[in-house]
Amino acid sequence: MANEGLRDNETLSSLKNESETLKSKLEEERAKLHDVELHQVADRVDALGQFVMKTRRTLKGHGNKVLCMDWCKDKRRLVSSSQDGKVIVWDAFTTNKEHAVTMPCTWVMACAYAPSGCAIACGGLDNKCSVYPLTFDKNENMAAKKKSVAMHTNYLSACSFTNSDMQILTASGDGTCALWDVESGQLLQSFHGHAADVLCLDLAPSETGNTFVSGGCDKKAMVWDLRSGQCIQSFETHDSDINSVRYYPSGDAFASASDDATVSTSICLPILTLLLFMCSPYTVGRLLFTGYNDYTINVWDVLKGTRVSILFGHENRVSTLRVSPDGTAFCSGSWDHTLRVRGFLMYVNIGLLRGIPVTYRGIRPYMGIVGPIPNDSDSGFRIYFRSSVNLFPLEK
Amino acid sequence: MSGSSTVNAMKKVVQQLRFEASINRVKVSQAAAELQQFCLQNAHQDPLLTGVSSSTNPFRPQKVCSFL
Repeated sequence: MANEGLRDNETLSSLKNESETLKSKLEEERAKLHDVELHQVADRVDALGQFVMKTRRTLKGHGNKVLCMDWCKDKRRLVSSSQDGKVIVWDAFTTNKEHAVTMPCTWVMACAYAPSGCAIACGGLDNKCSVYPLTFDKNENMAAKKKSVAMHTNYLSACSFTNSDMQILTASGDGTCALWDVESGQLLQSFHGHAADVLCLDLAPSETGNTFVSGGCDKKAMVWDLRSGQCIQSFETHDSDINSVRYYPSGDAFASASDDATVSTSICLPILTLLLFMCSPYTVGRLLFTGYNDYTINVWDVLKGTRVSILFGHENRVSTLRVSPDGTAFCSGSWDHTLRVRGFLMYVNIGLLRGIPVTYRGIRPYMGIVGPIPNDSDSGFRIYFRSSVNLFPLEK
Repeated sequence: MSGSSTVNAMKKVVQQLRFEASINRVKVSQAAAELQQFCLQNAHQDPLLTGVSSSTNPFRPQKVCSFL
């Protein structure tokens, strides 16, 4: 017995030494490869011009903080979930609510739209991820068709369908991620490695392989192989919880955003640290959208590392953000109980005045100042108008 | 007992580190160049950058406002 204890101690200390050696070797190698910054490489690229995005639709209906949202592949519908336990499917074009489900728990922190558009998944404090088939039959009760798929031992923080309706990937406060078969509810693969709650996950674009990235309260972002359950790489570049991770569309990089107020763009092999301030990002090629606790959304130029625009409109913390599948709009959800769908400003007439407050009948102007926009010779201010769905059309 | 489980835990950590150490890595300059190329190649397809005409914009406002 005593001998075993001694042997264990020796083995333990030699293992610890080896782990320290490997860790410093890893750091050295990463530092060697970090020969240049992204914005230096992109030095000759033209800066982006003026950027104004107008709120096109405001989706009202949740009774409490909106925690999560996801777009449907048809680019028009979206699902959102809230602290009040409700999950709503909206038609973003008309702002109609097409489906609504009340979950048996509050704080529905995760929701996802199935690739086929025929189902949604959601979960939160119930420690489960459930799938609801969407039906237009008025006589059918959506809650009756609910299927419990994932079971964790702590809250569900994120969920996502893989390329089909058949499998769901989940992340949980129990520190693990897991891949489930929807039909049978069977656990296909589990991913262990985070030392604390996992807060977010994102699947790699399907063409680029079978991996996903997760971020957690242990300040680590980890890249996993979906099939083997192996952690391929882990990155520890943040000082606080990682709230959100998103793959870059090329599949070669991902961005992570943290409570430590930085956003990191990690090219899957070497590490790059880029920008400042954050809550949850989404990338569309050149632009990175990030939502904050100060109610704003910042838009960044990924290549230049500069901020292109600040968007106002929400009246509380921005909790979730996603760009629509075809990139024509993006939707943000907030603790102010609403979701806002924004597109770019198409006409220049209304609202682009220099510093003069204007009142139009029926539209309450929201005085948001965007700018001064960096890299731009025009240093005037622009007024950003919010148009709430309640105000279109005007009453006669 | 607890000794051997700590040892097992450490073994896993070391195994994982060995695996990560063996991964092939490229220089940031190369990865950044590839990222930049992807960005620029796809810029013309990015509606948020290039804009969408009002007639095809599904989120255009539904009616015209009148002023005071």
